[in-house]
Amino acid sequence: MTSTQAVDDIVRSEYEHGFVTEIESDTLPPGLDEGVVRAISARKGEPEFMTEWRLKAYRHWLTMPTPHWASVHYPPIDFQSISYFSAPKRPEDMPKSLDEIDPALLETYEKLGIPIEEQKALAGIAVDAVFDSVSVATTFRSALADAGVIFCSISEAVHEHPELIQKYLGSVVPHTDNFYAGLNAAVFSDGTFVYVPEGVRCPMELSTYFRINARNTGQFERTLIVAEAGSYVSYLEGCTAPQRDENQLHAAVVELIAMDDAEIKYSTVQNWYPGDAEGRGGIYNFVTKRGDCRGARSKISWTQVETGSAITWKYPSCILRGDDSIGEFYSVAVTKGRQQADTGTKMIHLGRNTRSTIVSKGISAGEGQQTYRGLVRISQRAEGARNHTQCDSLLIGDRCTANTFPYIEVKHPSANLEHEATTSKISDDQLFYCRSRGLTEEDAVSMIVNGFCKEVFNELPMEFAVEAQKLLSISLEGAVG
Amino acid sequence: MMLSVKGLRANVGENEILKGLDLEVGPGEIHAIMGPNGSGKSTFSHVLSGREGYEVTAGSVTFEGQDLLALEPEERAHLGLFLAFQYPVELPGVNNTYFLKAALNSIRKSRGESELDAVSFLRLIKEKLKILHLNDSLLKRAVNAGFSGGEKKRNEIFQMALLEPKLAILDETDSGLDIDALRVVADGVNALRSPERSMIVVTHYQRLLDYIEPDRVHVLAKGRIIRSGGKELALELEEKGYGWILEQEQAA
Repeated sequence: MTSTQAVDDIVRSEYEHGFVTEIESDTLPPGLDEGVVRAISARKGEPEFMTEWRLKAYRHWLTMPTPHWASVHYPPIDFQSISYFSAPKRPEDMPKSLDEIDPALLETYEKLGIPIEEQKALAGIAVDAVFDSVSVATTFRSALADAGVIFCSISEAVHEHPELIQKYLGSVVPHTDNFYAGLNAAVFSDGTFVYVPEGVRCPMELSTYFRINARNTGQFERTLIVAEAGSYVSYLEGCTAPQRDENQLHAAVVELIAMDDAEIKYSTVQNWYPGDAEGRGGIYNFVTKRGDCRGARSKISWTQVETGSAITWKYPSCILRGDDSIGEFYSVAVTKGRQQADTGTKMIHLGRNTRSTIVSKGISAGEGQQTYRGLVRISQRAEGARNHTQCDSLLIGDRCTANTFPYIEVKHPSANLEHEATTSKISDDQLFYCRSRGLTEEDAVSMIVNGFCKEVFNELPMEFAVEAQKLLSISLEGAVG
Repeated sequence: MMLSVKGLRANVGENEILKGLDLEVGPGEIHAIMGPNGSGKSTFSHVLSGREGYEVTAGSVTFEGQDLLALEPEERAHLGLFLAFQYPVELPGVNNTYFLKAALNSIRKSRGESELDAVSFLRLIKEKLKILHLNDSLLKRAVNAGFSGGEKKRNEIFQMALLEPKLAILDETDSGLDIDALRVVADGVNALRSPERSMIVVTHYQRLLDYIEPDRVHVLAKGRIIRSGGKELALELEEKGYGWILEQEQAA
């Protein structure tokens, strides 16, 4: 069997998590106007300030042009054909424990290999499972409450902690930031809110599983994590989606805020439906993720493993505002078939002696297109700022592409920046070497790819790292005919 | 016979490199294949182990009664064939121990044996290190990545010790080694000699054969074995070079 065949098989491997759960949805008809924005707010029973916040964002969004600068290609999106709200029926009748959860939903999680019960028992992870747009399961709430940690849906937080929402929501990513962030602010469905009080080390890893499950329903999650002075929190986000015919738009906004000496670790494993062999029906993943190291000596670390979506367009970034603050970005992105990804990070050094690290590993197979786009900006007052960037691309086959666009802006002479970039292929020599030791070609590819990604996987929490490796192997499955 | 090669002809692109090669290797025997540059030594090693890029146009290779040429490289490894590479390949980020465990378990699995768990595997590794008088410094590193020439070759021998092949092909294992490294490698090979294990030692120089004593020595030239003899043939080659055999061959 030749390497070309191997790549073809990889490309053809079917999406494993493609199935649909039958749950009645209470869905708004497609279309977007002020009435829809008000309807979303009303259905969620939001206070006036929130409705106004959404409307302001909506009105501004109308004035914004769709962005075209990324190296991705897709037909224009008709925003009037999207339904902007979908919730499981009887949202007022929220379950209080797992027993009350729709068995069909639990079955969905079983198929995904993430049984909630087992997870909470074995891993001690509190799971806030977002199914469609409304949270339907929250566990370990009390242990967190004892520590003073707030971990709930954004909708809940709007009701129960309006002062925190008013203070922090949109303070890192304002609705004016970009087109999709504006849209999200107007119509965001739900998401997660985490608040860690001063000096508290969150007693467990926090985890949310997102799923997009209602036909034609754009998902607009909103995540807000606030870590007060001296606190620490690790947040895990993992996604898979059922197979669908039409493109599904996903435009999430994630905001992280770290005060003095606080640390936020945000890990993502993303496995959304990438579309069929021709790229039809995959998820459009246009996400704005940004962390604000607001306090001195604060630290925000992004780790992402991106294997899904038809189009990925995301740049988890850090604003290093506080002196001596630290920003990190560790990324593995896989594009195969017709997948396109334009991803990277921005490290904005504002404070003195701020440090950032960027490690980006791009894997491209089939006709996958991948772009690393990064910005490191050292401002005039960021004395002693340092950045280390490492961008490695691994190509499998000869029809894929990898591009690197590292932008660097330095306005202080004391800055110290390093940039390393490599592009390599899995060589026939490597494959033959492994096979001559008894490994199949599939195992060899998986092993070499995992080796290539090791630096990033090392940054993931243990159980997530195992999942990520599994996901990578699944993504590159079918290497043997 | 463990290995029986009959009338083997192989091309690389348009060029015929092997032109009717015959070789018989019995169990427990060590055969040295010597020859000038370009005689087809590496091609022969690669064809035996199933590397792509070679077209076999005639002849047969039988390994313990099986048609070796019909098998994929990994299937040959599962049968007990091992190639020690002239240029071992680097696998950045792939931990050496992890690699060895995966390789060993894939071979065990193919034989219907149970996979070794981490504890039994580490015990086995320690045992093999002891036999070869090696320390474990190479095990924590990525496969061959940043290894010196000597370290790479030692790692090959270590893999061989662990995978316990029935037939090992050592492709110019001595190239690029200084005398100390050569001795370490040769000692390792000698420690692995057994009545069940055959070896084909491919080398350009007689030097390696001072340490690894062969049962048979073959001269490969222009794609064929043109002379076979005992270990004294190697000494004769060392003394006289290859020229005289080639001349005799041409005369005949």
